[in-house]
Amino acid sequence: MIPALFVFVYLGVVLYIGIFAFRRPHPSGAEDYFLASRSLGPFVFLLSLFGTNMTAFTILGSSGHAFHNGIVTYGLMASSSALIIPLTLFVIGTRIWALGKKHGFMTPVQMFRDRWDCAHIGTVIFAVQAALLVPYIIIGVMGGGTVLEAVSGGVVPYWLGGAVVALTVMSYVFFGGMRGTAWVNTFQTILFLCFGAAALLLIGSGMGGFEKAIQDLLASPATASLLTRERVPPLFFLSYTFIPLSSIAFPHIAIFCLTARHMNQFKRTVVLYPLCILAIWLPCVFLGVAANRATDVVKIREKIEARSELRREGASLTAQQRAELRAKMAADDVVLLLLDKYAPLWLAGLLGAGIMAAVMASDSQILALSTMFTEDVFAFYGGKERFGESVQVHTGRLFVILLTVVAYLVALGTPASIFDLAVQYAFSGYSALSPLLFAALFWKRSTKWGALAATVWTAASVIGVAIFQALAPAAAGAPVAVWRWGGWDLVSRTANGTAVLGLLPVVPMTLGSALVLVAVSLITRRPSAETLCRYFQDLRKQAVTSLR
Amino acid sequence: MKGFALTLAVAVYWTLHQDFWFWRTAHPLAFGFLPVGLTYHALYSLGISLLMFLLVKLAWPGELEREVDSSN
Repeated sequence: MIPALFVFVYLGVVLYIGIFAFRRPHPSGAEDYFLASRSLGPFVFLLSLFGTNMTAFTILGSSGHAFHNGIVTYGLMASSSALIIPLTLFVIGTRIWALGKKHGFMTPVQMFRDRWDCAHIGTVIFAVQAALLVPYIIIGVMGGGTVLEAVSGGVVPYWLGGAVVALTVMSYVFFGGMRGTAWVNTFQTILFLCFGAAALLLIGSGMGGFEKAIQDLLASPATASLLTRERVPPLFFLSYTFIPLSSIAFPHIAIFCLTARHMNQFKRTVVLYPLCILAIWLPCVFLGVAANRATDVVKIREKIEARSELRREGASLTAQQRAELRAKMAADDVVLLLLDKYAPLWLAGLLGAGIMAAVMASDSQILALSTMFTEDVFAFYGGKERFGESVQVHTGRLFVILLTVVAYLVALGTPASIFDLAVQYAFSGYSALSPLLFAALFWKRSTKWGALAATVWTAASVIGVAIFQALAPAAAGAPVAVWRWGGWDLVSRTANGTAVLGLLPVVPMTLGSALVLVAVSLITRRPSAETLCRYFQDLRKQAVTSLR
Repeated sequence: MKGFALTLAVAVYWTLHQDFWFWRTAHPLAFGFLPVGLTYHALYSLGISLLMFLLVKLAWPGELEREVDSSN
C-alpha cells in the first residue's frame, strides 16, 4: 500500500501544477487555453513534447515487448523513433509553427482547409483523426486503473484507480489547458529521466549484477536468442521505421508544435530528443530482457512457462486456449514486478509514480481533441461568431469533461485487448495520414480531392486490417499465409497482427496513401494561385517580379 | 549541393538502421553485459543527435522565422 500512497501524493502534485497554471495571471481566450498563448519556453517545450510522446506503451509496453522478443525492441521502436521524430519535427514541425504563427491556425485541419481551399473535406479529415485518437485516450484510463491496482497490491480496485486517474487528468486539463498540460508533462519527463536510471541500478544490484544475469540468459538456449534479434525478420524490422511517421501526424503533436514561443526552440528539441529516447528506452528494454532471469518472481515464471507452452504446443491448441496462454504471457507489468521484488518500498513507490506519469500521457490527446472539436467544428460552423470566444473556451472545457467520462465508462466495460489492437491501428492510421502534411507543405500540385482520397484510403485500410484480423485467427507460431499468389505470401496472419509481403501493414497503407494522393491530385484542379502564393515563397517572389 | 549532401547523409543514416550484420549474435558484450545489437543501436541514437546538430547548423530554415517576423 505504501507505493500507492506515493502515487496518490504524485497525483496531488500533478493536480496542483495544473491548477497553479490556471491561477497564474495570463491572458484569457481560446489561444491561451488551447495553445498557452504560443509562449512555451525552450525547456518546457522539449521536455513536454518528449513527455507527450512517451505513453504507457513506452515504459510498460517496451519492457513487455522486450521480455518476449529481446533486444530487438530497441531498434524496432526506439532508435527508429529517435531518427524519424526529430527529423519530422525539423522538416514539418517548424513549418507548421511558422504557418500557425502567420495565419493563426490552431489545428492541422485549419491549415488543410486553408491550404486546399476546402470546407467539408476538412471535416472528414477531422472525423478520421478523432476516430483514431479516441482509443488512445481510453487505454490511458485503463492503464491508470491497472497501475494503481498493481502498486496498491489490489487494495485500490481497477474501477477506483481508473476513476482517480481520469478525474486527476480531467481536472488539470480542464483548469490548466495547454499551459497546465505542458507543465505536468515536463514534470513527468523529469520523473522518468531521474527514476529510470535509479531503477536500472537497483534492479541490477538486486539480481546480483547484470553481467551475471546476461551470462545466465546466454547459457540457456531458450533465452539466448533474446540477446540477438533472430526472433524478428529483417523485413519486419525495416517496416517499423514507418511507424514513427505517425508522431507528427498525431494532432496533439502537430498542435504542440504551435506552442513554441520562437522557432529556435525546435533546435534544442531535435538535437536532444534522440538522447532523451536513449535515456528512457535503453533501461526499459534492458530491464524487460533481464526480467527473464528473475524466475524467482512467481508471476514472471508463469509468463515464461506460458510462452514455452505456446511455442511447444501452440499448433495443437484451440484458438481459445492460445488466447488464454497469451493473456497469461501479457508482460506489461514486468518492470513493476521487478521493482516489487528488488527495490526498497519507498523507491518502488517513487518509481510507481514515474510509471503512473507515463500512463497519464492521455492528457495531451484529450486537450487536442477538445481543441479540434471547438476549432474545426464549433468555430468553423459558426459557433464562435454567434456565441463568442468565451463560450468557445467553455465548450472546450465541457468537451474535456464529456470525453473523460465517456472514456472512463468505456474503459470499465471493455476488455483492454480490444483497445490494444485499436491503438496498433491508430499508429498505422496516423502514419498513413502523414503524406497529407508533406503534400500540404511541399507539393504545390496537391489538391483537396487528393487529400480526401488519402484520408478515405487510410480509413478504409484501417477498417480492412481490423476486419481481416477479426476473421483470420492469430497464428500460433510462424506467420500463416492467408492469401498466396505466384509463390508469394501476399497477406499473412501473424501471432500479433498482419503481414503484407512480410512487412507491417503500415508500409502499404502509407505508400498507398501517398500514391492515391498524388494520382487524384494530378487529375483534379489545384487550389487558386492566391492560396498557393500564401504557402510558397518562390511563387510569391514570381508574382512580385511579374507585377514589376 | 549542400541540400543534396545532407539529404544523402540522412538517407545513409536511415540505411544504417538496418544493421543485419549483428542479427544473430550477442557478442561482443559491451561492459560485459550489453549485447552488441543493443550497443550498436545505443551508439546509433547518439549519432542521430550529432546528425541533427549538423542539420540545425547547416540547413536551419531561418527564412520561415524571418517571414513570420516581417508579417507581424
